[in-house]
Amino acid sequence: MEIGPIWRAMMRNKTGAILIALQIAVTMAIMVNAISIMQEKDRMMSRPSGLDEHNLFSIASVGFAKDFNERVTIEEDLAALRAMPGIVNAIQSNAVPLSGSGWSMGLQTEPGAEIDGTGVGLYFVDEHGLDTYGVNLLAGENFSASDVAWRERAATEWPDKTIITRAMAEAMFPDDWASALGKTVYIADTQPITITGIVEKMQGSWPGWDGFERVMLVPTHTLFGATVYLIRTEPGMRDSVMPQVEELLADRNKDRIVRSMRSMDEIRERSYRSESSMIKILTFTIVLLIAITSLGIVGLASFSVNRRTRQIGTRRALGASKLVILRYFMTENFIISLGGVLLGAALTVGLNILMIETFSLTRITWYLVPVAMLLLLAVGQIAVFGPARRASSVPPAVATRTV
Amino acid sequence: MFSYYLKLGLLSIRRNPLLSALMIAAIAIGIGACMTIITVNYVMSSNPIPTKSEQLFHVQLDSWDPNQPEDDGNFEPPDQMTYIDAMALMKAQKAYRQVASNKSSLVLEPQGDDERPFSVTSRNTWADFFPMFDLRFVHGGGWDDASDRNLERVVVLSKEINERVFGGENSIGRRVRLSGMDYQVVGVLDEFHPVPKFFDVTNGAFSDPEEIYIPFNVAVEYELPRNGNTNCWKPVDGDGIEAFLNSECAWIQFWAELRDNSEKQEYMAFINAYAEQQKELGRFPRPLNNRLNDVMEWMEDQEVVEDDARVMLGLSILFLFVCLINTIGLLLAKFLGKSGDISLRRALGASRSSLFIQHMIESGLVGLAGGVLGLGLAWLGLRGIEMLFGDFVENMVSMDWVMVLTAIGLAIVSALLAGLYPTWRACSIAPAGQLKLQ
Repeated sequence: MEIGPIWRAMMRNKTGAILIALQIAVTMAIMVNAISIMQEKDRMMSRPSGLDEHNLFSIASVGFAKDFNERVTIEEDLAALRAMPGIVNAIQSNAVPLSGSGWSMGLQTEPGAEIDGTGVGLYFVDEHGLDTYGVNLLAGENFSASDVAWRERAATEWPDKTIITRAMAEAMFPDDWASALGKTVYIADTQPITITGIVEKMQGSWPGWDGFERVMLVPTHTLFGATVYLIRTEPGMRDSVMPQVEELLADRNKDRIVRSMRSMDEIRERSYRSESSMIKILTFTIVLLIAITSLGIVGLASFSVNRRTRQIGTRRALGASKLVILRYFMTENFIISLGGVLLGAALTVGLNILMIETFSLTRITWYLVPVAMLLLLAVGQIAVFGPARRASSVPPAVATRTV
Repeated sequence: MFSYYLKLGLLSIRRNPLLSALMIAAIAIGIGACMTIITVNYVMSSNPIPTKSEQLFHVQLDSWDPNQPEDDGNFEPPDQMTYIDAMALMKAQKAYRQVASNKSSLVLEPQGDDERPFSVTSRNTWADFFPMFDLRFVHGGGWDDASDRNLERVVVLSKEINERVFGGENSIGRRVRLSGMDYQVVGVLDEFHPVPKFFDVTNGAFSDPEEIYIPFNVAVEYELPRNGNTNCWKPVDGDGIEAFLNSECAWIQFWAELRDNSEKQEYMAFINAYAEQQKELGRFPRPLNNRLNDVMEWMEDQEVVEDDARVMLGLSILFLFVCLINTIGLLLAKFLGKSGDISLRRALGASRSSLFIQHMIESGLVGLAGGVLGLGLAWLGLRGIEMLFGDFVENMVSMDWVMVLTAIGLAIVSALLAGLYPTWRACSIAPAGQLKLQ
């Protein structure tokens, strides 16, 4: 290999090589860190919700008339919904998981205002709750119809039973989550509440909260004026059932309005919109960046080929084959790119440390660095191939001509 | 001379169309990406009320939980206020102006039988809200203190709602039915879209302003639903609205207008004295920690500019940097490719400084072209962001003239910086060696 001569030739014109290497290095630092951010967003979005998401939708009902009878409305709405063909089950609740709005409380293992509770997302449901969500009961039992109370907006009494998620059980009883079943814990500092069931997985209302998977269900219907129905349909029936439900509810009672009908898929999409957009923007950025860097390589390599036309011709005249010329430029680019990716690896880690400190992002996964190095080396080789081939097709006769 | 260099620059750009196009494209893409993100950050961190932002103060009282752990010894008092405290401060009237407010969702029933009721968001506030936050009216005006005191059911409509309900005509004196009760229209607002929505960042710094405004006391009296964030460190003691109002739940945004520093000092002393007095009554169990932040301080404190946006800003600046290195390389290639020309000009008597100016002008031209093109790309980028994020960013994706000038300026400065080294190299070419070869 002619690494020696290539190196010496490069040293005579360092600037171009340094610029390319620097460009590759910064490109790599941006690329790897951007991919790392994308991975983090993707991990966040791909946490399973535990719900039968594709067959769920929600619709809000807001009473406004002075004589609006909310309790009767809810009872009749639920009866009508549950009787509707295509609907598996339906509940009335205070909020919808993943929707960004909801209610949170703290549960504590000992009573007392001075004790810090474990934060938990809370949903008011009835005995149809588990079936409507489609969550899997790991231990204990479901609520029964007689457990379900009615709660006014400014009420402060809590029922005596709750079903919690396994994540909540683990947070409260770190040694043995299963031991949570049957335990009495305290809500609102001092009110006892017994854990009568544990579900495998369910998500709360706020995807960005670290207590996202800590959820408790309480057997209560709410009389808050505004309410939301969560409806589970037979597989594949959701889209045909949704408009029927909207019409049914709107027509049944003129003292309220129904609004914000959304499928669970849409709620998820809205909730993670900034994450999924960020992934798209970063992907676009990376593609653009690689394109610019390779165009830069093409431009500089072409220039260097043009400048060395005579030199190439001389070498060809002295017996160098086309392949040797091609290899010369490919090797030159490889050396520059190698320098670039090595510097890039250092920059990548540096940038990552900076981002961890400033924005508390996660550390990059180790394999991203070698993968990015290989990728950029390959990009460099592909980019330089065109100019290198042009160089190799310089006829030996050029050497005999003056420019 | 300048016009001559300009001509030379244009000629030179045209002579190597591919190389020039690459350079312009690199700058344009860098500027486009950078300006897209800078615009979003600029709007997020812009001053929503520039004329008064230093006289408007968000008031925080530390009425919070004595057991609340402090992260690194610095406890941030609750961002909202309890009803007891808000009413006490309203009653004291110690600031030039003060308003407590919160947010509700109501149902508006239009008059016509065939029109369907729809929900509207309402800001429940006080008479001072309108002059304090500089709201302008198309018709009528805000209500007065007497309306606050006498629980008058009056309403101020946003321009959009007046359009929807009354077809945009002067609706002063007309009645609007809201959640089962009639309210009299006293004012119709002009456009009012502060970004960020500084007076209530707790419930979304970039959400739309409320559609109607009604007196806070009326909302409390008729127990209208609260639709903003409510935070309680202590369970409410007993059932019913009275118990809730007397609880330690924070759900009210409180702002005071203080015209100068001495007013601010006095007000600070006043709220501290109030907190001490409450301590004697057994409330405010934490050490004294009350805050007055003006609008921009409050925006910073609440980290209105999201981390994601700042990460993107950092990455986009690095991106521009890559584009610049690219441009340096290409300019270098280009200028050194012109060695012959340069030597000839030098030999014919052009001084180094005139060659320097000539090439800087050429770089500047590339920058200008890249900037203009980049501006177009930034516009496309902003449309892209709008498409991705939807209505949430509607207020964030418009460029004002500051941004346009910044884009062009940034492009030209970048190109000049990028051109510095290649120009210097080109100017230091020894003419003799080059001419010999020809």
